Amino acid sequence: MLETACYWVIGIGLVFDLFGCIGLIRLPDVYNRAQAATKCVTLGTCMILLGVAGLGFGRADWPMGVKAVICAVFILLTNPVAAHAICRGAYLSGVKLWEGSVEDAFADRARDLRDRQTEEGLVSHEETETP
Amino acid sequence: MTPFEQTALAVLLLSSVLCLFRIGRGPTAPDRTVAIDILGTLIVGFCCIMALLTGQEYYMNIAIAWALISFVGTLALAKYLEGRHYDA
Repeated sequence: MLETACYWVIGIGLVFDLFGCIGLIRLPDVYNRAQAATKCVTLGTCMILLGVAGLGFGRADWPMGVKAVICAVFILLTNPVAAHAICRGAYLSGVKLWEGSVEDAFADRARDLRDRQTEEGLVSHEETETP
Repeated sequence: MTPFEQTALAVLLLSSVLCLFRIGRGPTAPDRTVAIDILGTLIVGFCCIMALLTGQEYYMNIAIAWALISFVGTLALAKYLEGRHYDA
């Protein structure tokens, strides 16, 4: 019974992974791709890990189960942080949003950051166009 | 339940191929960075399925180490993308 449930959880996680990677191919710009892929693949891999943990506990293989739970918690904590950092870096390095985007909530903040950097004379922003 | 694990490995390989397509094709550097991050997470899942398939629990050590190194590397790439000293 526990084994069947764990295999179902692993299967659903695999489907989430596959759909996240299809989103990585299909969506139009960096920010859309990052949100689709990060959310789907984080949840999918966490489900795979929890399924493996359940199977390990069911077989009385304690080290495997505990390591899988640790790995799942770690991925759940770190993957959104990494995606946030990448998107922030992409915006500040000048990657444009898709034409169909309806809101740009980070624009004011990014302009403040750029202005402050320019005032302090650290950088000149003539060359910050889209790479 | 070997066919289940083989199918799981095949699905993860297909996902990895899609990520590699985005790494090769991505028009900007952040696209490639996102795809590299996702590929690292997929490899963690791959190591878990391998642990299940072979019954060797040291694959889980590889998965934990890979998650750590992938996170640090992604953060380094993100700071590199910001480029200049945007410390808010």
